[in-house]
Amino acid sequence: MITIKNLQARVEEKEILKGINLQINAGEIHAIMGPNGSGKSTLASVLAGKEGYDVTGGEVTFEGKELLDLDPEERAREGLFLAFQYPVEIPGVSNTNFMKTAVNEVRKAKGEEPYSAGEFLKLLKEKAALVGLNPEYLSRYVNDGFSGGEKKRNEIFQLAMLNPKFSILDETDSGLDIDALKIVADGVNKIRNKHNAFLVITHYQRLLNYIIPDFVHVMYDGRIVKSGGKELALKLEEKGYDWIKELEVTA
Amino acid sequence: MEEELKYKLISDFKLLESSLNGEAKSPFHKIRQDAISVFEELGFPVKKLEEWKYTNLSNITKNRFRQFLIPEKINLTFEEVAGFIYPEFEGNIIVLINGHYSVKFSKIVTQKDGVFIGSFSEAREKHNDLIQNYFAKYADYYRNSLTALNTAFAIDGVFIHLEKNVTVDEPLLILNIADSREENLIAQPRNLFILEEGSSILMADDYYTIGDHPFFTNSVTEIILKQNASLEHYKIQNDGSNAYHIGTIQVEQERDSRFSNTTISWGGGLIRNNLNATLNGENSESHFFGLYLLKDKQFVDNHTLVDHAVPNCNSNELYKGLIDDKATGVFNGKIMVRKDAQKTNAYQSNKNILLSENAKINAKPQLEIFADDVKCSHGATSGQLDENSMFYLQSRGISKVEAKILLMNAFSSEVIDSVKIDSLRQHLHNLILKKLGK
Ligand SMILES: Nc1ncnc2c1ncn2[C@@H]1O[C@H](COP(=O)(O)OP(=O)(O)OP(=O)(O)O)[C@@H](O)[C@H]1O
Ligand SMILES: [Mg+2]
Repeated sequence: MITIKNLQARVEEKEILKGINLQINAGEIHAIMGPNGSGKSTLASVLAGKEGYDVTGGEVTFEGKELLDLDPEERAREGLFLAFQYPVEIPGVSNTNFMKTAVNEVRKAKGEEPYSAGEFLKLLKEKAALVGLNPEYLSRYVNDGFSGGEKKRNEIFQLAMLNPKFSILDETDSGLDIDALKIVADGVNKIRNKHNAFLVITHYQRLLNYIIPDFVHVMYDGRIVKSGGKELALKLEEKGYDWIKELEVTA
Repeated sequence: MEEELKYKLISDFKLLESSLNGEAKSPFHKIRQDAISVFEELGFPVKKLEEWKYTNLSNITKNRFRQFLIPEKINLTFEEVAGFIYPEFEGNIIVLINGHYSVKFSKIVTQKDGVFIGSFSEAREKHNDLIQNYFAKYADYYRNSLTALNTAFAIDGVFIHLEKNVTVDEPLLILNIADSREENLIAQPRNLFILEEGSSILMADDYYTIGDHPFFTNSVTEIILKQNASLEHYKIQNDGSNAYHIGTIQVEQERDSRFSNTTISWGGGLIRNNLNATLNGENSESHFFGLYLLKDKQFVDNHTLVDHAVPNCNSNELYKGLIDDKATGVFNGKIMVRKDAQKTNAYQSNKNILLSENAKINAKPQLEIFADDVKCSHGATSGQLDENSMFYLQSRGISKVEAKILLMNAFSSEVIDSVKIDSLRQHLHNLILKKLGK
């Protein structure tokens, strides 16, 4: 699905990604863990196409296309989705209008007719229920005045609406209470299938009890320094990152 | 140049005088004579005057204009006029063509007693006492030469009088049509609205231009709100780029009265909106909202004054602008809190989004506070569309163009939502999407 080769990127002259290699296939769930500031969100932003990042080397192919050549909206239409670590508040734009515009733009790009009002409302209700989003939030402005947890839930709702092939979840679990965590994870598990894939960025092994990863990677100082199965997350939880740092030094 | 136009207008005034019979000796005409002498003395405002620092009138004064002295025959059909009335509107319609009331196209549906909604010239016959009492008492022509010019040519416009406790249920739409198909013209409508105690009305003042010649509107509206009276007033400027508009609205508010104005400017070459309210009775309130959507070389100056003369009054101003190309916006908002006006709440905010490198905004808030127990605030911002919001929308598959429209529409909605005529508000929401390129 997505192949990242030796990806290097800078922000304001500062080298942050120092050669990332990662291959994710359809049907797989990968988790990335790593200390604060190691570059996890930067990787997510570069993949989603945020401005201000200077890709200095490497390449990314997504479903056979050069991802880095595409505008953010084209990446989304190709099926890439980023659930933001810090979702943006947009007062004045209702959640419903936002999603209607987004879903129909994606459909248009695929040569499909826009949804009728009825079809769209049905989809809206169905997906809100799937992720346990109170329908009242649909008529509110995008994330405006939402609590931290509500914002995260809204991200997963958008994911459900757009039904992407490849989703990056950047710390979607932080800010969620235990019940919300279960609901969101449950939503992801309902959406996952053998045709789509997920990259889950998290600090907590707990999430991975609900969304069970096929692979766990550890990011440190702009590189993936260790990869393993889900047991790696347990080890990190237990031992912290110091042993990884030592690994890095001796390497 | 401006001298030339000035003397042309003074000679037009002589023409007006020669057409008057017995009226020439009336107290009303005495005011006009007084006003023309003030105009002659002051001339057109120049940039070195503090109040006109950002507004250059030379684009107007370089032209010659003819003043309509009597309503002239206008070649307009009902279909053409109807084309300017938004389809969902239901209520009273007044059509002013080049500043003159058109009996043919206007349609007053309100049948209630105690309501006069009609032409200023008709009111001079039927309500001479009211005109005597209120005309030119509030819009100060001694210190403002353009108000003087309008006062000198006070011939026609809209006159409203609501008697005590009358609520007009049907909104009023005033359609100002500038017909510049044949020649350069100046229109100087003079409006007077007197709302007696406890009366209320909702109204919209809509401006359109037909034709390509330069057209200059210099309008003055005096509004008197007696105790507990309420006026919702909306001004929507759709003029062509050949139209210059200087409009002065002077509001006098008594106790417990409420005034709300929303001014939306998305057409017109040069616009100067003077909006002044004097809060002269306790517990009165004034709300000013403005939205300007500017492109090409448009220029819009919203110049406001809220004068808190007595204690316990509230005022609130929110002006927002989306400025593109080489357009310029000006917001000059003055809040005056007099010594006695304790417990005043006065808020003002001006927010601008500059959509091109050459777009410009001059924001000048002025607070003059002489009382000590007041709550006042002001703020002015200008910037670009928020990058993070843009990226967020794009990351969901929304194109850059569409994302911009969503954000600009969101930015504007706050002002449009202040409109309380439901059909008009809905119409404006639809219209703005078209204006934003959808
Ligand atoms: N716009 C920017 N300007 C300067 N430095 C930046 C910018 N964006 C990110 N960085 C820096 O890049 C590094 C990586 O940041 P990033 O947000 O990717 O870390 P992270 O792994 O997601 O951390 P966390 O676990 O705290 O979310 C940090 O040192 C950060 O300060
Ligand atoms: Mg992060």
